[in-house]
Amino acid sequence: MLVYLAKRLAMMIPLLIGITLISFVVIHLAPGEPTDLQTDLNPKASAEMRERLRERYGLDQPLAVQYGRWLAHLAVLDFGESFAQDHRPVLDKIVERLPVTIMINLLSIAAILAVAVPLGVMAAVRRNSPFDKVTTVLVFTGFAMPSFWLALLLMDFFGVRLGLLPIAGLRSIGYEYLSFGRQVWDVVSHLILPVFISAFGGVAGFSRYMRSNMLEVIRQDYILTARAKGLPEAQVIVRHALRNALLPVITILGLSVPGLIGGSVIFETIFAIPGMGKLFYDGVMMRDYPLIMGILVIGAVLTLIGNLLADLGYALADPRIRRS
Amino acid sequence: MRRCLALLVLLLFGCQGQEQSVPGSDADARPAYGDTFIEASIGEPSNLLPVLASDSASSEINGLVYEGLLRYDKNLRLEGVLAESWEISPDNLTFTFHLRQGVKWHDGQPFTSADVLFTYRMYIDPKVPTSYAEDFKQVAKAEAPDPYTFRVTYREPYAPALESWGTAIHPRHLLEGQDVTKSPLSRAPIGTGPFRFVEWKPGEKLVLEGNAEYFAGRPYLRRVVYRIIPDSSTQFLELQSGGLDFMGLTPIQYATQTDTPAFRRGFNKFRYLGFGYSYLGYNLRKPLFQDLRIRQAIAHAINKQEIIDGVLLGLGKTATGPYKPDTWVYNPQVKTYAYDPVRARTLLEEAGWRDADGDGVREKGAQKLAFTIVTNQGNDLRAKSAEIIQRRLKEVGIDVQIRIVEWATFLKEFIFPGNFDATILGWTGGPEPDQYNIWHSSKTGPRELNFIHYKNAEVDDLLERGRRTFDQAERKKIYDRFQAILAEEQPYTFLYVGEALPAVARRFRGIEPAPAGITHNFIRWYVPESEQKYAR
Repeated sequence: MLVYLAKRLAMMIPLLIGITLISFVVIHLAPGEPTDLQTDLNPKASAEMRERLRERYGLDQPLAVQYGRWLAHLAVLDFGESFAQDHRPVLDKIVERLPVTIMINLLSIAAILAVAVPLGVMAAVRRNSPFDKVTTVLVFTGFAMPSFWLALLLMDFFGVRLGLLPIAGLRSIGYEYLSFGRQVWDVVSHLILPVFISAFGGVAGFSRYMRSNMLEVIRQDYILTARAKGLPEAQVIVRHALRNALLPVITILGLSVPGLIGGSVIFETIFAIPGMGKLFYDGVMMRDYPLIMGILVIGAVLTLIGNLLADLGYALADPRIRRS
Repeated sequence: MRRCLALLVLLLFGCQGQEQSVPGSDADARPAYGDTFIEASIGEPSNLLPVLASDSASSEINGLVYEGLLRYDKNLRLEGVLAESWEISPDNLTFTFHLRQGVKWHDGQPFTSADVLFTYRMYIDPKVPTSYAEDFKQVAKAEAPDPYTFRVTYREPYAPALESWGTAIHPRHLLEGQDVTKSPLSRAPIGTGPFRFVEWKPGEKLVLEGNAEYFAGRPYLRRVVYRIIPDSSTQFLELQSGGLDFMGLTPIQYATQTDTPAFRRGFNKFRYLGFGYSYLGYNLRKPLFQDLRIRQAIAHAINKQEIIDGVLLGLGKTATGPYKPDTWVYNPQVKTYAYDPVRARTLLEEAGWRDADGDGVREKGAQKLAFTIVTNQGNDLRAKSAEIIQRRLKEVGIDVQIRIVEWATFLKEFIFPGNFDATILGWTGGPEPDQYNIWHSSKTGPRELNFIHYKNAEVDDLLERGRRTFDQAERKKIYDRFQAILAEEQPYTFLYVGEALPAVARRFRGIEPAPAGITHNFIRWYVPESEQKYAR
């Protein structure tokens, strides 16, 4: 087991270097440079100052040299300094945005599991029933609905028209002066819509997935055996069928580890939440190479680790895999 | 669903409407201190050291925290701020500023001429990555003979220089001898302005409070909060729900979406011409556009008013040149091109373009009269203008294609290499009329602003003289001629000047619309005590 683990970890290093190399080249292929935002079409910026900026950022060097330098810094976990005008360390900028992104994503995964698993199971057990048909229609509607549009409708309805929920942001103005209980409600009420929206599409997909898993399991011989033993239907479904149908969920959870830090530009923008998605998007728009690379590296590492964890978790949960 | 919601709202607000009186009209509301003014910023400010920042979010905040020696007053004339007065030597080379005494930095240190000298040196320091060094490089000598006098001497007379001393003055005692890019001031600024910095929660909000020791008197508003809300639809929803007190509206928001009794009860709307215009610029290196008749024909074929009505919902004015119509430098007597398709067709015929094969597109020999308008993605107004122009030009037999490209690619692949036929873009200027960088023939190099390659010896001469002349009447003559030539030659077809359309919560009083807009007297804005919304 340990040998296997070591092998897997060692394999990750060349993979990671490959990922960074490709990302680095692709990013630099896009037209435009970080200095452009400051200098292009700016009557007050001279050519000399542009050159000075390029030199400062090391953009005057060949791409191979730039990559080498970047990699050398990364080896000691130095992600460098952002090319944006705030010149802050990339790591600071990422760390500042992480907590809220992780919190919303955890809440949303929890919400997805809590809603989608029962929904999928029920739809599978009562296959072709009116319940199944109605959920199918709802799920596909949810899938097809653009989340930004739904978000705006909900904000308009609950925020402007009913005045029940705040529209955007994470805290109200004057949050510091509220009592503790009110502060908790303030944060919760700010989170309701964003978590709902970010979970909405997930519920649709995941409940479908759960339904087809469950259908497959129910057809197995051991379910027939369980029923033949005379077990109550509830026990057959929950103990025998559901536990096996949940196995692939491990893989999904493993794959969602990188998703924990990758926010969504769309809902973060609409809800004015300072998350990773917006950070990354802005970074790309202003060609902030160190920031883009920093986020990509962290994302890549988490993806690789998530895959590894999923494989290990699978082995733990399923004796058949452990043995082979 | 939308319709149901709208109906519901009508019912909800309809009931409230009868009980509420209309605030904002009572004359006896007295100025009072207190309350919070909340506005939104689309982007996170990048850097609160003015020398390093070039984004609008930072500039707006820096404008309240820092001050320059002078600024434009409400009538767009320069007035002293940190300088009480100034003199210009008879040869127009030396400016002497007499600084205000008793001004303090927000940390309590006195402001002196050493700060001004330091700021000047910082701007020209090659190690400081600033976009604003150019104006200061013209300075031959800067000196601070005593703590309240600052004197600069230029190599040659340079009229835009005076304006450049509106640049924010930085505190010497906190920045000298340090790497400016690493200064903590970029996250927590210390200036001399009417508002001081309190806190910045990244991605969330930035808070300023009124400076009680401000030399011109403490601002009435206790606090100003910038909320970072990156989506403009969200901003608009926040404004309607009372989460924002101020927002610049889009034409459609101004004209229709805010035209409700509920909105009128809560907000005052203002409109005034902005400092910016949109244009259709022709690549003058393309043989097609070197023919003046073609450019004039296009100008006649375009209906500018139609573009303003369609794109800006009427909230704008037609542009005839690079200056906005309500400034001293604007020349109302230039040649204009009325919408006249007949005249356009005649000009095209004269230039030898005829539709011989009857396909609706004119040709000369084997060449079709066709070109592409390229513009940047993300600016809906430009894309729509292009479509309207496309239709009108088709009517006179010109085939126009439209291409919309992401900003960086647009500049890199199309504009700077000269790889375009025509483009729709805009320039934002200011009260200073110098247009040297955009129109002078020496500014056609790679990545310079005269990317349409306009070359006219008389214009060159006018631009050179314009920036050396200080007398406003003299300058006016020069720039009048400049505008007349541009109007005749149509290197751009100037399209429109858009309007700024701010909405301000009704409880704020003391707002005086003027040529400079509404924020020129922001420190005198107040909320009567009975209407204050935020007690702390």
